[in-house]
Amino acid sequence: MQIAITSTGASLDAPYDPRFGRAAYLIIVDEGTEAWEAYANPAVNASGGAGIQAAQFVADKGAWAVISGDFGPNAYRALEAANLAMFIAPAGEALTVRQLIHLYRGGKLQKPTGPTQRRHYGMGQGAR
Amino acid sequence: MRIVVASGKGGTGKTTIATSLALALTDRPILLRDCDVEAPNAHLVLSPQLTAREEVSQLIPSVVETRCTGCGRCAEVCRFHAIAVLGGRVLVFPELCHSCGSCVNNCPEVALDEQPRVIGVLEAGLVPNGPAFAHGVLNVGEPMAGPLIRRLKGWEFSHPVGGGVSADPVEILDAPPGTSCPVVETLRGCDYALLVSEPTPFGLHDLRLMVEVVRALAIPAAVIINRDMPNNRDLERFCRVSQLPVLMRIPLDRGIGSALARGQSLVAVRPEYGEAFRGVFAHIQQTVHGGVP
Repeated sequence: MQIAITSTGASLDAPYDPRFGRAAYLIIVDEGTEAWEAYANPAVNASGGAGIQAAQFVADKGAWAVISGDFGPNAYRALEAANLAMFIAPAGEALTVRQLIHLYRGGKLQKPTGPTQRRHYGMGQGAR
Repeated sequence: MRIVVASGKGGTGKTTIATSLALALTDRPILLRDCDVEAPNAHLVLSPQLTAREEVSQLIPSVVETRCTGCGRCAEVCRFHAIAVLGGRVLVFPELCHSCGSCVNNCPEVALDEQPRVIGVLEAGLVPNGPAFAHGVLNVGEPMAGPLIRRLKGWEFSHPVGGGVSADPVEILDAPPGTSCPVVETLRGCDYALLVSEPTPFGLHDLRLMVEVVRALAIPAAVIINRDMPNNRDLERFCRVSQLPVLMRIPLDRGIGSALARGQSLVAVRPEYGEAFRGVFAHIQQTVHGGVP
């Protein structure tokens, strides 16, 4: 089983990226072996529909779940259609990807009940 | 001839200039098209009698489920990410679709149709003792102004008096604010750009961007300075250095401001500007038809 985590860098020790569609990196981690691979997010500079493109990417990589800070309306609809589970990182905390995986394993991450952000929230802000 | 009134920064007075220019040119047929389809407001100044109306739709792909194999080719060719194939099913995001048809043309199973979706409306009519008028109104929440502006620019509407707009009127296009796609769509194919600016840092900043746009489109341009005030050095210097003629200066004036806020036109509250607007038009005619820079 693979999970995707949004990250600001290509390492498990990088701070996670709270934006989904416009995250700098998407890290795919195998839950069993803990092997991981970082991919530059192909949607990071998309003029629109970044959440959809990122959702398509993680679905094509075979992930079953995604951990990020927020999911906009389009990303939410796309991930839901792909049957990908969504988990939200605790708000306001600067965590590394590794720390997020730890929280996830401990069952400490919440699932959103709907989109957590308005459209375009991740645009033009850089990593927060 | 098509003259666009644009500015970059919002609120500098595009509609003030566009409506008064249209009202001042009484010796020839004029058609004003308000292309700020996200927030059209020229009708508030001109009070046209709207007699023509047409809905504008956009074509959106729809999936014929029985033929679709979920191959994902449509999602691959869509550069706007308006279509995704997830869990073997095609998902369309209509608000992102630019109606380019790539998905439909590239589907190997011919499993995509196109369905119209209404995004807004065009309206037109005559201003009593004034110009012919047309505008577009984009539905609230629709992000795609471009297709509506394109249709508005090409719309040949008819009205009861005379049965149609007089042959070859001078067209004045009131542009949306900013310098992005809707503004470029408004400017495309036009003959002249009147750039309305104001002596503020934002006015100048956005004018610089606007000038880059009109230069890229090779459209001759000049500046009208609105809410002008003494010691306005930066804006004047920029215009001089960029070889942009300043065709008119309208001072910061409370009397003008409060009249405009009541919906009056500039030439109604200060008729002496009529002559100045006719002078602006003479300059534009010279530039466009006389080949003078």
